[in-house]
Amino acid sequence: MVPELGHLSLAFAGTLSLAACLTGFVGARLDHRQLQGSTVSLTVGQFVFALLAFASLVWSFVSDDFSVAYVADHSNTILPWHFKASAAWGGHEGSFLLWILFMSTWMVVLASRRKHYPASLFSNVMAVMSLLNLGFICFALFTSNPFERLIPLTPADGGDLNPQLQDFGFIVHPPLLYLGYVGLSVPFAFAIAAMLEKKVDAAWARWSRTWANMAWAFLTVGIALGSWWAYYELGWGGWWFWDPVENASFMPWLAATALIHSLAVTEKRGTFRSWTLLLAITAFSLSLLGAFIVRSGVLTSVHAFAVDPERGSYILVFLALVVGGSLTLYAMRATNQWVDVTFSVLSREFFILINNLILVVALAAVMWGTLAPIGYEATTGEHYSIGKPFFDLFFVPLMMTLAVALALVPVLNWKKTRRHNLQPVATWLAGAAFVIGLGSWFIVDAMMVSVAAAIALALWVILGHLYDVARRLNKKASMPRAYIGMTVAHMGFAISLMGVAVTATLSTEEDVRMAPQETRTLGYAEVTFLGVIPVEGPNYTAQEGIFVISTDGTSTFELRPQKRRYASGNVMTEASINPGLLSDTYISLGEPLEGGAWAVRLHFKPLVRWVWLGALLMALGGGFATLDRRYRRLREREQVNNAAKDKSLEGSSLGSSGAEATS
Amino acid sequence: MNRSKFFVPLGVFGLVMILGALGLGLQDRGTLPSALIDEPFPEFAAPELAHPDRIVQSRDIVGKPALVNVWATWCPTCKAEHDQLMKIAEQSDVVLIGLNYKDERDKALRWLADFGDPYDLVLMDLDGAIGVDLGVYGAPETFLLDAQGRIVYKRVGNINEAVWRDDIAPQLRALGVRIQAVET
Repeated sequence: MVPELGHLSLAFAGTLSLAACLTGFVGARLDHRQLQGSTVSLTVGQFVFALLAFASLVWSFVSDDFSVAYVADHSNTILPWHFKASAAWGGHEGSFLLWILFMSTWMVVLASRRKHYPASLFSNVMAVMSLLNLGFICFALFTSNPFERLIPLTPADGGDLNPQLQDFGFIVHPPLLYLGYVGLSVPFAFAIAAMLEKKVDAAWARWSRTWANMAWAFLTVGIALGSWWAYYELGWGGWWFWDPVENASFMPWLAATALIHSLAVTEKRGTFRSWTLLLAITAFSLSLLGAFIVRSGVLTSVHAFAVDPERGSYILVFLALVVGGSLTLYAMRATNQWVDVTFSVLSREFFILINNLILVVALAAVMWGTLAPIGYEATTGEHYSIGKPFFDLFFVPLMMTLAVALALVPVLNWKKTRRHNLQPVATWLAGAAFVIGLGSWFIVDAMMVSVAAAIALALWVILGHLYDVARRLNKKASMPRAYIGMTVAHMGFAISLMGVAVTATLSTEEDVRMAPQETRTLGYAEVTFLGVIPVEGPNYTAQEGIFVISTDGTSTFELRPQKRRYASGNVMTEASINPGLLSDTYISLGEPLEGGAWAVRLHFKPLVRWVWLGALLMALGGGFATLDRRYRRLREREQVNNAAKDKSLEGSSLGSSGAEATS
Repeated sequence: MNRSKFFVPLGVFGLVMILGALGLGLQDRGTLPSALIDEPFPEFAAPELAHPDRIVQSRDIVGKPALVNVWATWCPTCKAEHDQLMKIAEQSDVVLIGLNYKDERDKALRWLADFGDPYDLVLMDLDGAIGVDLGVYGAPETFLLDAQGRIVYKRVGNINEAVWRDDIAPQLRALGVRIQAVET
């Protein structure tokens, strides 16, 4: 009964989104208040029914309803309850339902803030988002129905959720990633609405900016969590594999990063308008392209979902309509209109231009690396991989150049910067960073020049930003939340950069045979293997190795990696990790050897945490920036404007010049 | 005003779409002609993966028909191919030589420990120099050498059951390599 209710709710949500799409577009066109109002109600309806549908799926999992095919495939009676619930997004069908739920959630949150936007523009935004949601819901209903029943052949017990997915990282990683993916539809919808209304201006940029920042922050955390999950769960000790599925999340991230910076210029200075529009379209299109790559199986990947060509064709057609349609609209409506804004080379505008250029080149490289194998297969019929060497070739120089641009940002003004403002950052701070970089090169032997350079550049970025904070504190100058957010995010980037450079080059990984009571040296520590004991888990049995690690005799800790055999027959290696701010010690059990000895994998990974710590800081900064008071003040002012406009019943010339957007 | 530049994104997107459609549509596998067919395997001297102090030269691999498989740990397609290589090693007497291409030694060793080692011999090509001589674009690629060390067949992309059964196994049999009857 419950699965049928879920199925029905999903169909209702689809019907409501069709209705919202119609009332939204027509309401905007005719400037019809009732129609615009009903769009909002219909949006709320979509959310309620999407939530019902998802709740029924979770209910089916928790109540072990194996008559539902999707439940039978991904869950069983002995799975702990929290994994039963999260198994709802452990496969293709359920994860897409989660995607729909989030789409509806963003819409309903947006609807709750509708007073802040002109009514007809908002109506268009809702219509665009409802149209997208309709496409997603139809995809779920027609090609990937999670509520399909296995009647009368109901199995007594289910299969198993892939053991790799029975993990905290998996409970939180996909939802955050999806929030980010789907969240990019908000700036996309604003871009389409603005083009439909022919009002692409600073006000539009301001409205999009908070949403773009939020979506970007979610995407950042989602990607970081995915990388962290791969690190401790896959047991390979790596944290990024340039796998097509990873690239599918990285491409929209690069575009969204470019977008949030370009939006800043459009908002503050009224320029880069067409470029910003294009980025808003690109970022969301890449989310869709990612969905296509992950779910159609056109590329070989370690974590792809069940492959089905029918799904692939559906997404491809959907992609062609949505992206093709919006790019056509862009080609018709984007303006070359010369905005009377000039800026010199030493200005924020110019440096954001550099930032955008670098990010777009990086994006092109990732896209080439991801899609070229498809083109290759299509023309020659062969499978092929472009891997790490290709991406390293691009990313090492690109990210270093980006760091150079970043270091100067805090002391740059809009429009024009006087040379002497730059002096401290360009001279003694750069010098200090360079000396430390050089010093680290001497201290740690076997360090490559590029690593020392990365450390120096990252330090330069951090010092530059700290210098500016100190300067502001000293002058008692204001530090708005947007400024704090930017500073935190930029330092996060520097921290990630250092983490990546150091851990990629200075990690030690050893595969050794260890007998009980044997001791080995790893990095700066002594590792002693005590032996192996059997352990019982809820749905697995395991062999647990006990290792004692002591560092210079000062601190001692224990690591207990496991070799698990799940009820389903899957064997999994559960690494045991001692995380540390400066380094991780990572041990996993290989195969048992003769005489009680085991093949053991010992890793020493310096600064690996910094990679994710930096990403979290970036996301935190991005999120914090959306709380800036400026947005609230502007909104209040606009509300007064809107009210006045509503009275005079005339709908034009709201915030149409960039000059209005002063802070 | 010149609007044509605003159509550029649409054009780029069109190309991507065509790629996607082709990717979905095409499932066939074939072989890529190589300028090296019927030529001797290029001269090389490469360290062995397991014992880097041992250098193997081209003349060392001549004498028996061999399959030279170019692989790397950064290559997901190689992972997809690996099971087939394990089967080949089990079912046939062919000398299977792995050329670990532009990879890291630790990772390569771990890969073989984790997924099994089908190779009779694995050579390292860290800087991709042998790859250049062979005209390798990426991984995986596989070359079939006859007993005189001449390349008689080249495969770009992964070897799957069909390629093995229809292309490689018959050629190996013709070269006199013993292959167990494949149970189906």
